Amino acid sequence: MKKKIYSKIESIAGNVISVKAEDVKYKELAEVSTAYGRSLAEVIKLDKDLVSLQVFAGGRGISTGDEVRFLGHPMQVSFSDNLLGRIFDGSGMPRDNGPELADNLISIGGPSFNPAMRIIPRNMIRTGIPMIDLFNTLVESQKLPIFSSSGEPYNELLARIALQAEVDMIILGGMGLKYDDYLFFKETLEQGGALSRSIMFIHTASDPVVESLLVPDISLAVAEKFALKGKRVLVLLTDMTNFADAMKEIAITQEQVPSNRGYPGDLYSQLASRYEKAVDIEGAGSITILGVTTMPGDDVTHPIPDNTGYITEGQYYLKGGRIEPFGSLSRLKQQVNDKTRRDHRAVMDGMIKLYASYKEALEKKSMGFSLSDWDMNLLKYGKLFEQNMMDLSVNISLEDALNKGWGILAECFTKEQTGLKSDLIEEFWPKNAR
Amino acid sequence: MKTKGKVVGVNGNMVTINVEGRVSMNEVAYISTEGKKLKSEVIRVQGADVQAQVFEITTGIGIGDEVEFSGDMLAVDLGPGLLGSVYDGLQNPLPKLAAEAGAFLERGIYIDALEAEKSWEFKPIAKVGDTVTKADYLGSVKEGIFDHKIMVPFNFFNTYKVKTIVEAGTYKIHDTIAKIEDEDGNVFDITMVFKWPVKRAIDCYAERLKPEEPMVTMVRLIDTFFPVAKGGTYCIPGPFGAGKTVLQQATSRNAAVDIVIIAACGERAGEVVETLKEFPELTDPRTGKSLMDRTVIICNTSSMPVASREASVYTAVTLAEYYRQMGLDVLLLADSTSRWAQAMREMSGRLEEIPGEEAFPAYLESSIAGFYERAGQVRLKNGAIGSVTIGGTVSPAGGNFEEPVTQATLKVVGAFHGLSRERSDARKYPAIHPIDSWSKYEGIIPEQHVGYAYKVLKRGNEVEQMMKVVGEEGTSIDDYVTYMKSEYIDAVYFQQNSFDEVDAAVGVDRQKAMFSLMLDICSATFDFSTKNEARDWFAKLRQLTLDLNSIVWDTSDYKTKQDEIFSYISSKKSSNDEEGQKLIKELEAVK
Ligand SMILES: Nc1ncnc2c1ncn2[C@@H]1O[C@H](COP(=O)(O)OP(=O)(O)O)[C@@H](O)[C@H]1O
Ligand SMILES: [Mg+2]
Repeated sequence: MKKKIYSKIESIAGNVISVKAEDVKYKELAEVSTAYGRSLAEVIKLDKDLVSLQVFAGGRGISTGDEVRFLGHPMQVSFSDNLLGRIFDGSGMPRDNGPELADNLISIGGPSFNPAMRIIPRNMIRTGIPMIDLFNTLVESQKLPIFSSSGEPYNELLARIALQAEVDMIILGGMGLKYDDYLFFKETLEQGGALSRSIMFIHTASDPVVESLLVPDISLAVAEKFALKGKRVLVLLTDMTNFADAMKEIAITQEQVPSNRGYPGDLYSQLASRYEKAVDIEGAGSITILGVTTMPGDDVTHPIPDNTGYITEGQYYLKGGRIEPFGSLSRLKQQVNDKTRRDHRAVMDGMIKLYASYKEALEKKSMGFSLSDWDMNLLKYGKLFEQNMMDLSVNISLEDALNKGWGILAECFTKEQTGLKSDLIEEFWPKNAR
Repeated sequence: MKTKGKVVGVNGNMVTINVEGRVSMNEVAYISTEGKKLKSEVIRVQGADVQAQVFEITTGIGIGDEVEFSGDMLAVDLGPGLLGSVYDGLQNPLPKLAAEAGAFLERGIYIDALEAEKSWEFKPIAKVGDTVTKADYLGSVKEGIFDHKIMVPFNFFNTYKVKTIVEAGTYKIHDTIAKIEDEDGNVFDITMVFKWPVKRAIDCYAERLKPEEPMVTMVRLIDTFFPVAKGGTYCIPGPFGAGKTVLQQATSRNAAVDIVIIAACGERAGEVVETLKEFPELTDPRTGKSLMDRTVIICNTSSMPVASREASVYTAVTLAEYYRQMGLDVLLLADSTSRWAQAMREMSGRLEEIPGEEAFPAYLESSIAGFYERAGQVRLKNGAIGSVTIGGTVSPAGGNFEEPVTQATLKVVGAFHGLSRERSDARKYPAIHPIDSWSKYEGIIPEQHVGYAYKVLKRGNEVEQMMKVVGEEGTSIDDYVTYMKSEYIDAVYFQQNSFDEVDAAVGVDRQKAMFSLMLDICSATFDFSTKNEARDWFAKLRQLTLDLNSIVWDTSDYKTKQDEIFSYISSKKSSNDEEGQKLIKELEAVK
């Protein structure tokens, strides 16, 4: 069907334009041709014959006489093995001088997986990082963000996990990515020999803000198809805060009533519809999502990390270059940590409880109170814990980390003081300890 | 003839329809788009234009799309076969949907909630000539372990005479099992299934009672300190990761009720799957049958359409009320009510209503109150007692309880189990805050006894706060021991490991035995010469008690461990205060 071209734009506000048009569908795509080039736009509201569109390249420079051509379909992306090793921009156009792909187009933002068809996640993803493997185990098909303040090495952590994880392919969705970070990912994947099994959809900090809105949907639509074909896909989304901020911008332009600090009332649902794409498909592959959520003002109660935490299956809290034991959580750990080693759960809980007591002792010390023997033990413990478990340079297997854990406990405490159950102490307490 | 209309506007999941003819508020309408009929509900009528919320993804809807109004309000099917089902918010059976449409939730496919072809063994209760009114029992079928009553539909508002009733035998739900006649001689065919609009409470009972009987959850902290009553209401607010869902999952397994309805409302799909896969494998110790046989899951998780999320809690409570009419105790667990509130907020925003606090609609409070009001213990017309208990989680923005949904909920519920970030960070589960939480109901242990222990706890807590200012050295040994006592009770009684087979669920007798041990410790005077000595002694006691907590109740191992603890205590204890002695004796006497 040939679609009409409209050349009278009725209104331009922020990144939203409106035209009078007929036979347009909700969420249909259009192409806007301006003096500065073409941009895709998506229908976000229909009111009789007035159509509102969100222009992905932004509203800047659009004139009322520019052309709007409706494409007759919602946003689509090409899907085939040809995607592997390629780099695209936020709307799916090549960024790497490779050919444009237009075969086998698939829709993005498709329906969600039937909950009754889901299976219980069962495979641990080993990372060699004790704060993850031992304390907050990552599981295949998990959705999990790194909560971080802006200066932290979150992209390094993301890349390290990606390279170390046993997955079939990696899809990187970059939103507002600094150019340096984009190059960092490219190089790291290349050096790790993973580029040929990776696909990148990169929206950089210098691209129009709203263009980042498409990145999660495109990345996840492609991931879904690969997962259905049996691939274990790891999707990296960095930084979801930029995505949420782009949504906020659109909401404000549309004069929606904000719910909390300017963010739209559907922020939760919007984020959830992306993160919930993570899935382990019976008889096929899986999607695991690792995201980055930088926390504005380092405030975990800010609407973006807050809504994210309610959606994802835990979070890794990156602070001072370390994964914090408090605030970090893997909600799926209990699906796998009863099958690793008998003492895994107990060491995990016990060591964290003691670390909490260490923090109290530290507080006492800073208040200048006299310290009991117990406090002294705790102080020693905390230091060892931070050096041997929390430091991100540590790269050891889960089993070694558990043994190390017992070693630390025995070095600092008597058996009773650990609060661990007697039978485990019998079995695992280092033989050469007091 | 059915009313028709045409789409004249689309904004998110709200569609504006120009109508020719009659429409009613909350009427269901179907929008024809891309060869599918998408279900929606009228939520505002304004002249010839009505606004409807669409229960599906709205991509592809265009101006001029045809709309057909059904004439019915959003309703659910009530009849045998509900138990063990997994539905979406609109009562579509999800496993059947998967069989029909594949792994993804294709829109526009609606499947009957109840199996039409299944046969049921029907036994008549009413006789020809009996006078009946709504909700009277005409007969019953065996649904698992329950006698599922076949009732006069609740929308039969007159008095009727039973004209015919079928004999005992096998029937399907749409078979006519009785004919009843009203005073004007109109005769109605009654089948085993009827529809009821979800947003109207079912109130076919004689009277509502005050909730007094404890509903045992097998969580010590709840049953002993912050109990829930059958027919009561409670809420679990807490920041993300504090343990709301795990607590509800444990309750859904262990609660001493007949039927559990789980409303997974706008949260993770993965969490429902655990229930879905585990329940059929788990045996209910009370019945010896699979746990799934007493469970219904309403599953409208976060990536499913928001409008059906709004409907899902009503669907759930309607099913609960239906089973209450059979004289059963039903527990409804909703996780999370905040997502339901947010669904209302999204829609209110699209309707451009004047927003209240944090953009929630002005009617937020009354909606929340209206929902919890549907709980209650009731005496039915036949004298039997049934109950609907509602427990809802709340997910406050930023973990701050001073927000509209938490506040509105606290105004109407009977118990508050507030989860604390501090406690969950320190892995002290369940992270119910022992000082801030409250309950207006009576639990399994008399108030006076609980009060005594609570005093020690509070005092211990004060000492702890004080020690933060004056240090351990500025604290007397007596105060320090009180602090040790409260820490001990926290570690072995409040904290409970949901992932330990034994500790996960603690029965009433065991709780009483343990509580009497707590009273013993609370009221004891010990001979310690130094604080270090006290700390080490309590560390060992905690160790022994934690070991006890994971030994099966009423076994010889349990006795041995218990005796070990008793003798360990008496090695340091010099006496108990008088009140403590008296309370322990009383508790032992009840056993
Ligand atoms: N009673 C418990 N025992 C042990 N671990 C728990 C308990 N409750 C919660 N947890 C841990 O905390 C995580 C988050 O709990 P969850 O109930 O999902 O939190 P919420 O629903 O409040 O976000 C769980 O995945 C589990 O690891
Ligand atoms: Mg939860």
